[in-house]
Amino acid sequence: MDETKHRQHLHQAALGEQFLIEQVDIHGEHKRRLLDLGFVPGAVIEVLKASPLGDPISYRVAGTVIALRKEESELIWGKVMTS
Amino acid sequence: MRTYTIALAGNPNTGKSTLFNALTGLKQHTGNWSGKTVNLARGYYEYQDTRFQFIDLPGTYSLFSNSADEEVARDYIIFEKPDVTLLVLDSTALERSLNLALQVLEMTDRVIVCLNLMDEAKKKGIKIDARKLAKDLGVPVIPISARNNEGLDILSEQLLLMCTGQTTTMPYRMKYNEEMEAQIARLESELRDIFGSEYPARWLAIRLLDGDQKLIATLKSRLSASQKGGITFGTAKALGSSNSHHSC
Repeated sequence: MDETKHRQHLHQAALGEQFLIEQVDIHGEHKRRLLDLGFVPGAVIEVLKASPLGDPISYRVAGTVIALRKEESELIWGKVMTS
Repeated sequence: MRTYTIALAGNPNTGKSTLFNALTGLKQHTGNWSGKTVNLARGYYEYQDTRFQFIDLPGTYSLFSNSADEEVARDYIIFEKPDVTLLVLDSTALERSLNLALQVLEMTDRVIVCLNLMDEAKKKGIKIDARKLAKDLGVPVIPISARNNEGLDILSEQLLLMCTGQTTTMPYRMKYNEEMEAQIARLESELRDIFGSEYPARWLAIRLLDGDQKLIATLKSRLSASQKGGITFGTAKALGSSNSHHSC
């Protein structure tokens, strides 16, 4: 099972890792948008790959691929799932 | 011949327009709607002596008006009140599609769900229990493949049944926490006093609690238009039983 070290944000998850979202610390319309795309508490997403300069990073979420910038992924909290 | 209006709603790239074209035979007319720069395609389809007018709403992931597209789709469903809102879902990415589906089910009971791209789903080894989904969502669910013209007869039949009031639905409605539900209930009854059955009171209450400024502005302009005699609201007797019969 997964062990919680301490709370991490999505940007700390490494390529190939699975991340369980617990909290989206963004507000307003931007948050709504992320929720609509599947970044919801309880969702497990996968870190796919980074662009050449390391930002943005793409994630598999709800069956599709979405890229997020560091500013956003640093505000999505949860934990890396250890398989 | 009676014409019923069917609004097509769904995520982008779910084959909404393919279905639209398959049914209306590419004879579409586009037109600007309510001053927005978003074009809505309109087309007609006849089935068993009944005429359906299809409106192809913009493809969106949500209806909380983050964008002009979402606002147009949302306002169409709420204010134009189509006879049926036909939700076109992507069978290969159902989880993603259901977000929009649940939002639409909060807005209207006159919903039919199409599981499109069933051929793709089959190829990917995805199996969907349409019957169970229909039970959970409380509305008809019909698997189709628009590009192969599969399932369109069953869909047409279901559209006819719903338009003629022969289908009853029990749309799944999200339950919120106790505090929220208490607030919703309070607002809902006040809204019902103002708008009658013209607009879905529960949905409006939720939007107001969410502080949806754009919707509040739209409602205000609608209300002032009605005071000038532009729109009449369904206060009990006048519209009463015909809950969605607008002229086409």
